[in-house]
Amino acid sequence: MSKEFKIVVLAKQVPDTRNVGKDAMTPEGTVNRAALPAIFNPEDMNALEQALRIKDKFPGSKVLILTMGPFRAAEIIREGYFRGADGGVLLTDRRFAGADTLATSFAISQAVKKMNPDIIVSGRQAIDGDTAQVGPQVAEKMNIPQITYAEEITGLSDNRITVRRRLERGVEVVSSTLPCLITVHATAAPCRPRNAKCVLKYKYSRTIHEEQDAANAGKYLLSADEKPYLKIQEWTVDDVGGDENCYGFAGSPTKVKKIENIVFKAKEAKKLTGSDADVDSLISELMANHEIG
Amino acid sequence: MNNIIVFIETDGGKLCDVSLELLTKARSLAECLNVDVEALLIGSNISGLVPELYRYGAKVVHVADDPRLEFFRTLPYAAITIELFKEQKPQIALFGASSIGRDLAPRVSSALKSGLTADCTSLDIGDHEDARSGKKYKNLLYQIRPAFGGNIIATIVNPEHRPQMATVREGVMKKEPLEKPADGKIHQIDTAKILIDSDFAVEIIKRDIEEKKINIKGAQIIIDGGYGVGSRENFKLVFDLAKTLGAEVGASRAAVDAGFADNARQVGQTGVTVRPKLIICLGVSGAIQHTAGMDQSKIIIAVNSDPEAPIHKIADYSIIGDLNEVVPRMIASYKKHSK
Ligand SMILES: Cc1cc2nc3c(=O)[nH]c(=O)nc-3n(C[C@H](O)[C@H](O)[C@H](O)COP(=O)(O)OP(=O)(O)OC[C@H]3O[C@@H](n4cnc5c(N)ncnc54)[C@H](O)[C@@H]3O)c2cc1C
Ligand SMILES: Cc1cc2nc3c(=O)[nH]c(=O)nc-3n(C[C@H](O)[C@H](O)[C@H](O)COP(=O)(O)OP(=O)(O)OC[C@H]3O[C@@H](n4cnc5c(N)ncnc54)[C@H](O)[C@@H]3O)c2cc1C
Repeated sequence: MSKEFKIVVLAKQVPDTRNVGKDAMTPEGTVNRAALPAIFNPEDMNALEQALRIKDKFPGSKVLILTMGPFRAAEIIREGYFRGADGGVLLTDRRFAGADTLATSFAISQAVKKMNPDIIVSGRQAIDGDTAQVGPQVAEKMNIPQITYAEEITGLSDNRITVRRRLERGVEVVSSTLPCLITVHATAAPCRPRNAKCVLKYKYSRTIHEEQDAANAGKYLLSADEKPYLKIQEWTVDDVGGDENCYGFAGSPTKVKKIENIVFKAKEAKKLTGSDADVDSLISELMANHEIG
Repeated sequence: MNNIIVFIETDGGKLCDVSLELLTKARSLAECLNVDVEALLIGSNISGLVPELYRYGAKVVHVADDPRLEFFRTLPYAAITIELFKEQKPQIALFGASSIGRDLAPRVSSALKSGLTADCTSLDIGDHEDARSGKKYKNLLYQIRPAFGGNIIATIVNPEHRPQMATVREGVMKKEPLEKPADGKIHQIDTAKILIDSDFAVEIIKRDIEEKKINIKGAQIIIDGGYGVGSRENFKLVFDLAKTLGAEVGASRAAVDAGFADNARQVGQTGVTVRPKLIICLGVSGAIQHTAGMDQSKIIIAVNSDPEAPIHKIADYSIIGDLNEVVPRMIASYKKHSK
């Protein structure tokens, strides 16, 4: 019998900062973050795919999604279910708020310890905070090895994992003992699409807070013992334990002193056509100014 | 004690530019703070690199030289760095925002419970007053970085924890050796005392690293081709103009993804940051992720048939036209005038 692995996928819900359209711009030319759609962080999708591939190869393995965020981040867990995950936990508590990467990774590592996986996969980087720090910091807090920028998990046995990493100018193949944390690079395989059966099965999966919202809206409710797999677990600080001073704002050594919005304003540009005369005068000007030799 | 330590990266037995750039920056920070700059050099057979670090202003070079450290691996490198920082208590520690620095620095900062700011585009020294407690701090490191896909710029400080740690990408700071270099001191680190078996849990099986061939970062003039160039074949136009003007060729990610140009040429947030004295953008729309890597160029010329393309907003000269017509005209005009 081959081994069954327990894999935790770290996934973050992020505002889609990639295509900031006109709707998301304020009249002053800055970005209105609240107007951006909330999505599954792109590289976390690549990470999910790597986890699902382990499950394909080692039937009986379990893929669990862990996300920290506000109540609505439960969407991330549902999305995981739709693509083949077996479970998930939403870490949500006001006491987690205001966290920098150190406090974020403390909270995540506390939850992961409770889940006790063989392998943790995360994205390399989230497209909002853009730090790529949470993966390595979680690994350090768990005191386990890290393999960053994974492009593919190429081998797995009871106690070792082999990974191809993408570096600036090439690749490196490394192997590590388990448990181990792997951060997955955007050049890894894209995630498989939603699976219709999974969508049907988990469409109504909800957290306790979503269940309350549904009740307030007079919608159909799940009875206590009906389909327990539809309940998405929410964990708070009390569920994961640890020193409260390590969470949230208090546990964050970095402080944001100032935030400036980038203003997209036009600077004085010389407008030219592509005509012979215009191009010629431009080139002459550049040559006269020694910009080109 | 309480100096600035720069983590030094090597590549194929040479010092990486990003580390020399950081030493240069560290010198000006150290001057404000009236402290010294030190370097941490880890590897195998590396003592020959030390004099060059003195030339860039390191007063002390901490050297961990061990055959097991020939290639970067997180755990042993982290163990040495953590141990050194505990002992030396630097107030600031700088790392390249490279695949090595961004793997190592977070591990180290987590172990020391100090903060870390990723991918800074500017570093400065200044005072700070905590908005909640009203407590005042003197001479903190201002760590200035874009976030949110480049849509905002945040200034981050680390009031209470040391070292104040930051990563900076290659090409962001300038590199300049000292005018009057002076020899510093070597501090040998006893690796046998620090490293334990479990630090070698990760094994390198194979490395397939290309020689650094293309380097657009140092170019004075860059011809920047985008998806609008249309095909790999048509990219020849971009190369022709570059050859004529003695320039390097850069590309947008869309152009790289489409296979028009090599990865190493990509300009932008996930590519190289360039600031040449002249950049000519051909068929580049001007997405923020692209302009983040080139908008500090001294002169920007945009050639784009779409008058609404955002690239025109940051251009000094904006040509609304078809690059297939404009580029040959540029080449012809240059040849005519340079005779
Ligand atoms: C403008 C701005 C600048 C910032 N700069 C810094 C800074 O320089 N240093 C710093 O320490 N903090 C910084 N922060 C705070 C930081 O963004 C948050 O701590 C954030 O929660 C985690 O960092 P990240 O988004 O960069 O994630 P990354 O480290 O880029 O995420 C890597 C991976 O970790 C996993 N992961 C991350 N967050 C979660 C989550 N909530 N749930 C599940 N998985 C997750 C995902 O797999 C993700 O792909 C900044 C915040 C802002 C708004
Ligand atoms: C996380 C993230 C990181 C990214 N990092 C980078 C990065 O580092 N670098 C980067 O470049 N991008 C990056 N991108 C992608 C970026 O958002 C854009 O998609 C990309 O820059 C677009 O490339 P482009 O301008 O060449 O192509 P397009 O946006 O397709 O623009 C092509 C332009 O060519 C013009 N054109 C077409 N034909 C002609 C003609 N005959 N003559 C003149 N003009 C013509 C069109 O009007 C158009 O404006 C990143 C995206 C994300 C999400």
